[in-house]
Amino acid sequence: MRKLLIKGGTVVFSDCVKEADILTENGKIVKIAKNITDAKAETVDAAGLTVFPGFIDMHVHLREPGFEYKEDIASGSAAAVAGGFSQVCCMPNTDPVCDNAAVVGYIVARAKEVGLCKVHPIGAITKGEKGETLAEMGKMKAAGAVAVSDDGRPVMNARIMRLAMEYASDFGLVCLSHCEDKDLVDGGVVNEGYNSTLAGLKGIPRAAEEIMLAREIILAETLGKCVHICHVSTKGGVQLLREAKARGVRVTAETCPHYFTLTDDVVTGFDANTKVNPPIREAEDVEAIKEGLKDGTLDCIVTDHAPHHVDEKNVEYNLAAFGISGIETSFALSYTHLVRGGVLSLCELADRMSAAPARILSLEGGAIEEGAVADLAIADLNEKFVIDSKKFRSKGKNTPFDGAEVYGRVKYTIVDGEIKFRA
Amino acid sequence: MLGKDLLGLYDAAQEDILSILDTAAGMKKLLTQNLKKLPHLQGRTVTTLFYENSTRTRCSFELAAKYLGAGTVNISASSSSVQKGETLIDTGKTLDAMKNDVIVIRHPMGGAPRLLAKNVRASVINGGDGMNEHPTQALLDFYTMREKFGSFKGLKVAILGDIKHSRVAKSNLFGLTKLGAEVVMFSPATLMPQGIDRMGAKIAHSREEALAGANVVMGLRIQLERMHGGLFPSLSEYAQYYGVSEEHLKYADKDCIVMHPGPVNRGVEFTTGVIDGGNSEINEQVLNGVAVRMALLFLLCKNRQGGSENA
Repeated sequence: MRKLLIKGGTVVFSDCVKEADILTENGKIVKIAKNITDAKAETVDAAGLTVFPGFIDMHVHLREPGFEYKEDIASGSAAAVAGGFSQVCCMPNTDPVCDNAAVVGYIVARAKEVGLCKVHPIGAITKGEKGETLAEMGKMKAAGAVAVSDDGRPVMNARIMRLAMEYASDFGLVCLSHCEDKDLVDGGVVNEGYNSTLAGLKGIPRAAEEIMLAREIILAETLGKCVHICHVSTKGGVQLLREAKARGVRVTAETCPHYFTLTDDVVTGFDANTKVNPPIREAEDVEAIKEGLKDGTLDCIVTDHAPHHVDEKNVEYNLAAFGISGIETSFALSYTHLVRGGVLSLCELADRMSAAPARILSLEGGAIEEGAVADLAIADLNEKFVIDSKKFRSKGKNTPFDGAEVYGRVKYTIVDGEIKFRA
Repeated sequence: MLGKDLLGLYDAAQEDILSILDTAAGMKKLLTQNLKKLPHLQGRTVTTLFYENSTRTRCSFELAAKYLGAGTVNISASSSSVQKGETLIDTGKTLDAMKNDVIVIRHPMGGAPRLLAKNVRASVINGGDGMNEHPTQALLDFYTMREKFGSFKGLKVAILGDIKHSRVAKSNLFGLTKLGAEVVMFSPATLMPQGIDRMGAKIAHSREEALAGANVVMGLRIQLERMHGGLFPSLSEYAQYYGVSEEHLKYADKDCIVMHPGPVNRGVEFTTGVIDGGNSEINEQVLNGVAVRMALLFLLCKNRQGGSENA
């Protein structure tokens, strides 16, 4: 009978924030009340700390198998729990591509061996992420896949995407769409606008993202199927989603901390750690993303954690890999910019970082209530610190936030009632 | 104060630009006296590191260095370790290890000179990086304008051609706005970059509007690959609607000068009559380019004196 007692913390419930003790037993929350005592339970002193449902990141790249020099399941899991995440969903752009039950099974098995956070593989939509023929979604689901996506390699052919939405629904799988019209991107590396012209770097127009986003909405609407939009970065994208949701389209969407904290002013210094896809946009987009998170147009916050080796970033901007190592900074950035910034309440932040992804992918977790899985993230909201990539557990030190001052240090991450991270 | 490197004119101070131009005037005097064995850079080495094809810029730098007595080394991407996959930073550090003083880099990607400069001890001169900047071309353009008009105040400079892909247009814009000139740009909409108006350029909506009263008419090279990329349908259509003929030149000030960074597509940006006409300064620009580069090399190396290059 494993027991854990979290004493004296301020607990973020789905509808309120109040002080309470939490007792867990065998991986479940069994009791929430004031002044619980249990001599047999290991006790965590959470006085002055805030207890959230364990965060769920439904969009990460763990790079294993194939790119272990960037990250592997062990380092990625360690980074995840250091960021307060009890569950992550990993994208299939590995080598080999996670487009079959064997690779899904490998990832599940490796993650169990590592034994830190829960790792849910996302299977590819098409074989080899080539956008041509559907991958074996039924078999991948049986092996543990929780969704399908060709993330990073958008399904350019609308007919294939239509078939994917239809077929995936037979297995209760959601298609996660990385929206990017490759013809419009045409080799661009930063947001198209004033700063792309200033830096002389090729721009990526917002239309490249929004056209495919509109396509996914139209397909989902006409088919009556669901679709999830990855890493929304533009004001126009938020508007399209808001209108679609008002019409009742079964569409959900995510965004990332770098889209509500940075503007593309950062690219003019040619620091390749600012290179990410979709690109960092402009101030009006940042505002729209915040509004979208506030009103629920954007359901959740993910990191799109994309660790890369330093050699892939310390090169010419055009040659550098796209992506930000974000899983260890997501909570502090979100808390600092959204909660302290007056955009979201603590309950809303817990929803966007935990309950919403659980709903979208039908995962356990996402709420602190009796009977629920004992996945918790405990943070000190008053602790101010400076982001230092050298201290990342992730192999990927590629962040544009190095040196940024933030609030909200994760102190404990509890997964299935076990302490998996302690600051 | 000019620092270790010259990476662009966006960050350059007006007085640095003027001091380079002033120094270049002295250099040009020496050049016109055919004095080409000067002692200024004796014991220095200048390497041109070119990742893109170039004849005029590279040759201009090499001769400028040689005229001042420096040793020169030329590296082309096609004949170097770059072909074997060496990174830019490693190439730069290799040159550093050989005690090289100045690297002139041309690179197809914006920001590459800055990356290099951050990682090497040598002074880095941007010889053109992607769509970012080409500061020495702009400086020689300024020299040519100042020689002709004496001052930049109130000067109207019309720049016509592929603005979107032009590092020359941007370096000119950044410098000329600092010097007090007015810059007007004209191109097909597909070749006009976003936000350039917010950087101080006036965007003309017709060739006539762009040329009206212009003191300087600058054409930019139209690259064939842009046509193949679908940005405009054909060279002949370009010439008809966007090119400048002697007829169009009548809209400009009668004492205007015609400039072009070269190489020119005769009959596309400008007709032959414009290129070889009385207003053309295109060949003078080339001579001025050597003088300006001599001045820049001299000033940067002077800065290095007592610096850390022998550390």
